Amino acid sequence: MMSWLLILLPLVGVLGIIAAPARLAKVTALLTTLVVFGVSIAAAVGFGGWGNGTMGLTGSFQWLTNYGIEIQVGADSVSLVLVLLTTFLMPLAVLGSFSSVKDRLREYYGWLLGLQAAMIGVFLARDLVLFYVCFEFTLVPMFFLIAIYGSTNRARASVKFMIYTFTGSLITLAAFLWLAWSASQAADGQWTFAIADLTRHATTSLAASEQAWLLLALLIGFGVKVPIFPVHTWLPLAHTEAPTAGSVILAGVLLKLGTYGLYRFMLPMCPEAVVEWAPVIAILAIIGIIYAALICWIQTDVKKLVAYSSVSHLGFCILGLFALNPMGLEGSILYMVNHGLSTGALFFLIGMMYERFHTRDMRAIGGLAGRMPIWACFMVFFVLASVGLPGLNGFVSEFLCLIAVFTAGEGGAYPGVLGPWYAAIAALGMIFAAMYLLIMVGKIVFGPERLPAGNHDDGPLPKDLGVREIVVLVPLAVLCLVLGVQPWIIIDGTSAAVADTLAVYQPLLEQASQQTGSAVSNALAGGAP
Amino acid sequence: MMMEKLWFVIPEVVLLAGVVIVAILGLVSSTWLRSRVPWVTMIFVIGAGVSFPLVFTDEAVSKSTMLLPGLGRPMGMIACVIAVCLLLLTVGRIDRKYEQAIAEGRDRFDPLRSNKGEYYVFFMLSLAGLMLTCSANDLIWLFLALELTSLPTYVMVAMSRGSRRAQESAMKYFFLGAMSAAMFLYGFALLYGATGTVELSAMRDALADQAADGGISMLAVVGMMLALLGIGFKLAAAPMHLYAADVYEGAAVHVTAVLGFIPKAGGAVAFMLLLSTMGWLDGAALPMPILILLWVMAVLTMTLGNIAALLQRSVKRMLAYSSISHSGYLLIGIIAGPGLGFSAVLLYLFVYGLANTGAFAVLASLQREGREIESIDDLAGLRQKHPGSAIALAITSGSLLGFPPLLGFWGKLALFIAGIASGHIVLVLIAAINSAISAWYYLRLVGLPLMSEPSERSETIDRDSSPWPRFTAIGLAASMVVLPIFLAGIQDETELPLTSDEADAVALTDDADQDSSGF
Repeated sequence: MMSWLLILLPLVGVLGIIAAPARLAKVTALLTTLVVFGVSIAAAVGFGGWGNGTMGLTGSFQWLTNYGIEIQVGADSVSLVLVLLTTFLMPLAVLGSFSSVKDRLREYYGWLLGLQAAMIGVFLARDLVLFYVCFEFTLVPMFFLIAIYGSTNRARASVKFMIYTFTGSLITLAAFLWLAWSASQAADGQWTFAIADLTRHATTSLAASEQAWLLLALLIGFGVKVPIFPVHTWLPLAHTEAPTAGSVILAGVLLKLGTYGLYRFMLPMCPEAVVEWAPVIAILAIIGIIYAALICWIQTDVKKLVAYSSVSHLGFCILGLFALNPMGLEGSILYMVNHGLSTGALFFLIGMMYERFHTRDMRAIGGLAGRMPIWACFMVFFVLASVGLPGLNGFVSEFLCLIAVFTAGEGGAYPGVLGPWYAAIAALGMIFAAMYLLIMVGKIVFGPERLPAGNHDDGPLPKDLGVREIVVLVPLAVLCLVLGVQPWIIIDGTSAAVADTLAVYQPLLEQASQQTGSAVSNALAGGAP
Repeated sequence: MMMEKLWFVIPEVVLLAGVVIVAILGLVSSTWLRSRVPWVTMIFVIGAGVSFPLVFTDEAVSKSTMLLPGLGRPMGMIACVIAVCLLLLTVGRIDRKYEQAIAEGRDRFDPLRSNKGEYYVFFMLSLAGLMLTCSANDLIWLFLALELTSLPTYVMVAMSRGSRRAQESAMKYFFLGAMSAAMFLYGFALLYGATGTVELSAMRDALADQAADGGISMLAVVGMMLALLGIGFKLAAAPMHLYAADVYEGAAVHVTAVLGFIPKAGGAVAFMLLLSTMGWLDGAALPMPILILLWVMAVLTMTLGNIAALLQRSVKRMLAYSSISHSGYLLIGIIAGPGLGFSAVLLYLFVYGLANTGAFAVLASLQREGREIESIDDLAGLRQKHPGSAIALAITSGSLLGFPPLLGFWGKLALFIAGIASGHIVLVLIAAINSAISAWYYLRLVGLPLMSEPSERSETIDRDSSPWPRFTAIGLAASMVVLPIFLAGIQDETELPLTSDEADAVALTDDADQDSSGF
């Protein structure tokens, strides 16, 4: 019941926006997102799955019976954490758009709410059809948000975003359908699309080679979304051109659909193939970390810099997943939340700067600390959170992911197919991150004041941040601090679900480490200790 | 036997009665009566549609000797629904200038110059041809029905607008159509030679005997391949697709919309019928050469259609190529075979028919100085002056692209499931990549009207003087959003229990029931 409410309430909000006059659109959207947030908190409080792996908030109804399509919803603790992240970010995204979006208001807020419904649907879906429909539908609102409200290069950005992700997910769809068919063959022609049944089928009756094909197809679909190098090129463009709220949602939640997909489908469904191919995926992730970090270093466009930093940061998230031990998975899930908070906040801050000076070019603007002290404080705070300063949220998850990879090898605390070398090289990304982000802060926050030509005092915006903007940033800052000091609230809550996911890996990994690493990892590690 | 044939053509008889009445009505000098012609036509089409469930009752179907007895009812009803949409599109468009001149007193009514009745007569004849194709049980009937589907469309293209381009299109269409008819007739002759019968059920038995005796004869295989290639023309499937773009572009929009559905559905039905004689219904695989031919046709059709559509500047040509690519998707369902595959084909025909008609309805709802809009740039910024048309175009394009949760997605999903379930995952992957290619040009149809700024060209675009195309477009767009909710019901209707064992089982239980009631 709670799940249906979470998915349908935003859609009711869309109807409200259509019915109400345009000037009420933003208020309607804000109220809707706040109500949804309240409902999600209520759902989380009443949720019985914290700390144990059980499913809650379930519901279902029969639909296309001749294909066995039954629409099912439900949440385990990992899904619920991501739902909470979504419902938490949405009111902020709406509030943060009040001043920057000036026309076509109804469409804007309508699309935002539609996007919210789809994102919650992805996390709550317990059957592949609902999952795929919601997963795909997230593209439409984002496409329109970028294409209508984006900056100069928006048309190209929106089309590129759409084509990349649509192509990837079509291949994933084919893989899903194949999996469902193969399950139906095993069950005497009884079709099912329930994720739990298909997972059971995939782990028990698929051959290793079939699992490898499945892994490839899932990697294409979800890898584009994360994004994993070399299919990341849509992201900087889409991020840079999107309106502020679009970037926030894109970084905060949409990228997590990819990592969530990997966690929910790839890890449980093709364990043998994952053990075999984890080193390859890890190497792609490491290339992404280093390559994107190096690109960040030479960026002059602040927004593009933060966008590329997302590519780099999500590499850690992927590494944590494929460390295949509890520490890594928990770190990775925590990372999903943390990245959403800190990068989302950075996009808000850059949006606020852009609204005032209409530039994102680091060469044209600088030394804003004297002019906008409150903004500068927040900027430094969130940059430090993003860099991974101990005490703030980014540190815990990054550290967990890296140490999980470090120990996931021969002689490590956990059996695994990665190892110290992977962690050592990936850790360079942390150093680079500190460099490029601090260089950015140094240029735009500190130093002599440089402003782009033109009059900046007109318009309704105050010189420094106004109350509304502070209200947007404070919850994010508080949560960053809380999760930095008390990350256990998420780690403990999700540990049981993570352990369930990993249960199937224990024998496989022990076997793999007994054989001194799989063939692939041996070849790739090239004599790693 | 004769009674059975007559019983199953009752819907066509209803249409033919309509043909006679409409032909007369179109020549009446009263303007009021003439303007009612489309609505009268619609009444007869709806009447035919309603008669399907009454004629094709489960009992009658189970006793019939037709090869695919379950096909008639869903296909007929789908055809009637789409036909009503196609008719709504034409209200106030046929003979517009002439009727206007009469209304303003500039001209007198002259039955010789009026095309009003004729258009609707030909429309109904073509529709009747499609329905007859479904109930065909021998090759001669099949040939005649297919030609009845196509011949009226040649005339419709020629008279659709006064321009020379329409004439040119009609000539191209006619000659190529005649060539394709010759081709599949030749194929039919070879099939007759190989099996000694024209009756489809008997042919199926003869081919089954041949298969049991060491393989289907080469003569039958070649005949089947020729027949498929020839009928591929109706589907606009490669390599017989070359006419489509020119013909679609030359015809008036309301005729193009007809071409995009009725002959295509007829072709798909004929494919299903012919291939079902090849031992498919008994669970045997198709002979390899035929399977390869179908594969090549499917892959070429969708790939060429999509890539060519990418390159077009004219909206009609783009939609023409897009409809070619949809034929390619349909072929996946046909390759998948009876059961899931054919059910998916029917569902897809319905879904595609609605979306395609909707897209053409948008084009029909717009005009510039009495002419149709041509270039895709004309659509830029459409939303500012014609929001309804712009949104309808976006939704129908999204549905043609197969974007969830719009109706088109579910059609594609059924096709993909059928393809995978029959072991053709590579074909499904190719189709998936093709869908991704098609996103490029469908997104243009979404993006340009909704997001671009109007250009000088698009500023001069007006609404069509008849509101009906616009209503049709908006209604169809709404159906793309609403119908998925009722998908379960639609799918029950398009489900074909086609494997012969099942059909026999149904027949047996029915017989048993009757026996027991007799006692």
